[in-house]
Amino acid sequence: MTHQHGLECKDLMNHLNDYIDGELDDELCGKIEAHIESCPNCKIVVNTLKKTIQLYQDDGERVTLPLDARHRLFEILNLDEDADLEK
Amino acid sequence: MSETNNTETLNLEALHKKDKRTFALLVDQNSDHIYRLALKLTGNTQDAEDVVQETFIKAFNNLEKFEGRSKVSTWLYRIATNESLMMLRKRKDGITHIDEGIETDEGEVMPIQIVDWCCLPEKEIMTAETRQMLKQAALQLSTSNRAAFLLRDVEGLSTQEAAAALDISESALKVRLMRARMQLREVLSEYFANRMAEEDL
Repeated sequence: MTHQHGLECKDLMNHLNDYIDGELDDELCGKIEAHIESCPNCKIVVNTLKKTIQLYQDDGERVTLPLDARHRLFEILNLDEDADLEK
Repeated sequence: MSETNNTETLNLEALHKKDKRTFALLVDQNSDHIYRLALKLTGNTQDAEDVVQETFIKAFNNLEKFEGRSKVSTWLYRIATNESLMMLRKRKDGITHIDEGIETDEGEVMPIQIVDWCCLPEKEIMTAETRQMLKQAALQLSTSNRAAFLLRDVEGLSTQEAAAALDISESALKVRLMRARMQLREVLSEYFANRMAEEDL
């Protein structure tokens, strides 16, 4: 789809990564935002893409190395596990 | 997003001298991050533990080669990513990847699913079933795209750091990241579209 501001959906896809990561210059960023506002499909793609990344960042799981694996690791490396307590 | 670690406070000279206390601090500050990355790359707790061990053994044996041009955490991520990919190559577990399907003949990534699932209430989005689906979807990415996504979006490395960790150019990193993000968006969109359809029945 082409819109009044001259940017096509395809152009948006080419810059989508940089747009999401805030790595575009102001002018291009403005054009992309104008396109998104006038193109319902692109708006959905941008919003669901942002949400996808956010879900992976906030999945609520606090993954840590299991304690027994940590013990084994320090043992294999011949390190003192309590060294960090002296910080 | 992962929390910031404090590895930059470590003394480089002490690391080069293989000072045990300094190395213990490095292990302490980075082992959870490395384990999380390895677990999400390999999808297997035992493999992830093995990767953590191998990563720190290799790091210790090569401390004098670490020049301090990148963060020490980036250097560790690089070793851990290589170890994880090696582990996956050995395993050859026959997972079907979802790389195909969203690229045009010209190699451009185009979206297929146009479903607005952002409107779903937050508590309905993040369920135990969703968490499982997120894990499975990430494991279906090709290993190189998965590594780019995990380092950049989940572990929170910058484009430059993630590219350094994978030993590829920043533009190559961006291509992999775009594919991974769009592929995951497709899987999530299909999943939530089905859930929305079920709720309407």
